[in-house]
Amino acid sequence: MIALLMRDLRLAFRAGGGFGLGLAFFLIVTVLVPFSVGPQSQLLTTIAPGILWLGALLACLLSLDRLLALDWEDGSLDLLATAPLPLESIVSVKALAHWLTTGLPLVLAAPLLGVLLNLAPPGYVWVVISLALGTPALSVIGTFGAALTVGLKRGGLLLSLLVLPLYVPTLIFGAEVARRGAQGMEVTTPLLMLAGITAGVIALLPFASAAVLRVNLR
Amino acid sequence: MSLTVTDLSVARGGLPVLEGVSFTVPDGGALILRGPNGVGKTTLLRTIAGLQPALAGMVTGAEDRIAYAAHSDGIKPTLSVAENLIFWAQVFGAGGIDAALDAYALAPLRDRPAGALSAGQKRRLGLSRLMVTARPVWVFDEPTVSLDRDAVAMFAGAVRAHLKQGGAAIMATHIELGIEAEVLELAPYRAALDAVDAFEESFL
Amino acid sequence: MGSMSLWEYANPKKFLTTSERILPFFWAAAAVCLVVGLIWGFFFTPDDFRQGSTVKIIYLHVPSAMMAINIWVMMLVTSLIWIVRRHHVSALAARAAAPIGIVMTLIALATGAIWGQPMWGTWWAWDPRLTSFLILFLFYLGYVALWEAIENPDTAADLTSVLCLVGSVFAILSRYAVLFWNQGLHQGASLSLDKEENVADVFYYPLLVCIAGFVFLFIALVLYRTGTEIRARRIRALATRTRAQA
Repeated sequence: MIALLMRDLRLAFRAGGGFGLGLAFFLIVTVLVPFSVGPQSQLLTTIAPGILWLGALLACLLSLDRLLALDWEDGSLDLLATAPLPLESIVSVKALAHWLTTGLPLVLAAPLLGVLLNLAPPGYVWVVISLALGTPALSVIGTFGAALTVGLKRGGLLLSLLVLPLYVPTLIFGAEVARRGAQGMEVTTPLLMLAGITAGVIALLPFASAAVLRVNLR
Repeated sequence: MSLTVTDLSVARGGLPVLEGVSFTVPDGGALILRGPNGVGKTTLLRTIAGLQPALAGMVTGAEDRIAYAAHSDGIKPTLSVAENLIFWAQVFGAGGIDAALDAYALAPLRDRPAGALSAGQKRRLGLSRLMVTARPVWVFDEPTVSLDRDAVAMFAGAVRAHLKQGGAAIMATHIELGIEAEVLELAPYRAALDAVDAFEESFL
Repeated sequence: MGSMSLWEYANPKKFLTTSERILPFFWAAAAVCLVVGLIWGFFFTPDDFRQGSTVKIIYLHVPSAMMAINIWVMMLVTSLIWIVRRHHVSALAARAAAPIGIVMTLIALATGAIWGQPMWGTWWAWDPRLTSFLILFLFYLGYVALWEAIENPDTAADLTSVLCLVGSVFAILSRYAVLFWNQGLHQGASLSLDKEENVADVFYYPLLVCIAGFVFLFIALVLYRTGTEIRARRIRALATRTRAQA
């Protein structure tokens, strides 16, 4: 399992691996927002937590179609399926690698982009905490979507269509934590819900992902 | 422990292609599958490797004992030859890669990115992968595609050494490899003409 | 029934003959209930003292909203039957029901907007119920799109079943998330077992007739569409056999 994780990380960091694409996308989305809504700092302060969450979500979504499709195309997925690793751990490791190469950089970059959006000072810590808690769920849910569409030729758009509704609860609670935090309000309830969703999907969804991957491999 | 296939029926795209295939490959033995294109060699091998369910029949002695070499080699172009092999060695929890590199004369290419290899060299890398799995039953699907004569000899040598150590091999190939092996002609097992997948049958 | 088991209808042929026999009754029941219920509701009930005649959209809004949810639940049940017992009719019934669910969700959303305009002064509000239906609509879209995208019908049945299962969990989660996110303008449920909360009897009975009409209409449509799906599979099976013989 560690070997698979290290390989995926190494592939991501090598040329053409796509590391940093999500981050760049996140940056561009955030920079474009003030152009589209106007430069009023008051307005930006209000919408900053939501924009940061939406940007992070879209950046995660962007890289999902590479998550399993590359291994599918070159035959590695067939070979991995005959290896001693259960498919459940393969999809979990894939999700973890996706989070480390996409989610984690987004979490770390969010405070910097918060400056551009005039995020309220108490918001920084909550944006980082909510993204750190929520982006793993985005990766795991995305892996499920990638496993569903892995055999399809133009699966990318379908993948977004399938995954976006599944992202709704995570987005609502995550953005709510960030928004309330930025306004100095109580965050316990959404924070617990967000943590619960993340823990739940990490524990359960890999079984569903492995099941659909098995169907797609046969 | 030998690999035994009993009365196996396999389907491709919902259509049965082979019916009632039975054979046994003992330890140290090899089996070569022959048959025209489309007869179902790949489907049979995938079923034996456990990648798709059989329509009927049984495969015993395959569980966690098979190393499968498909048409595509699962090589990552941005990793070096050694990195590719080390990865598979680690996944299968097996030892070093040097024997595999030597058997297919890949040692000089060790640090070359796999993407820079020729088609034949890639194929050699794909075949050498089986040597780092420490699995006893090797399953090959058209292993000699894009190999030159020397490389075919390397492959035959590697398989022979594996058999001598008590391993087994099943391969679909049309080339004479000079390996002592039983030959199974698959054409007689072709599924009956009007056979339709049992599932589909309920709709007729 | 005697020794007859429900599972016998899992045989496509048995399903087709039986559904063809009972279909006319469901079409007739749907037509009678809808005509009676809607005419009764639209023309023979008084205007509401607060909402005026706009309240009468309830006879379309409430039944379609109920069906939108019930159809998803039916798809969940048939998906589970497919996963556990692998009856093809079950998977095809789920496939047949989904587009009907989409239409019901759209009717609920559209009538909700039309009703909301005079009541709340806006066509759309991010009210928890409306938002939940919008999310449900997205789930339906994804489900149908996945069916359409996959060529092998058994693979498609497997994948969509798992999506339906996982989607149901996330749909419930979304519902709670949305409730938490915005407490909402929408009135409470129009029908409930608690008599105090119910709408007045004079609106209640025609509403029940309309709901029955929608249920019959759905049953008729889903039987009809499942039959179509079965015939499509039969064509596929025949084509496969012809190809094999060629």
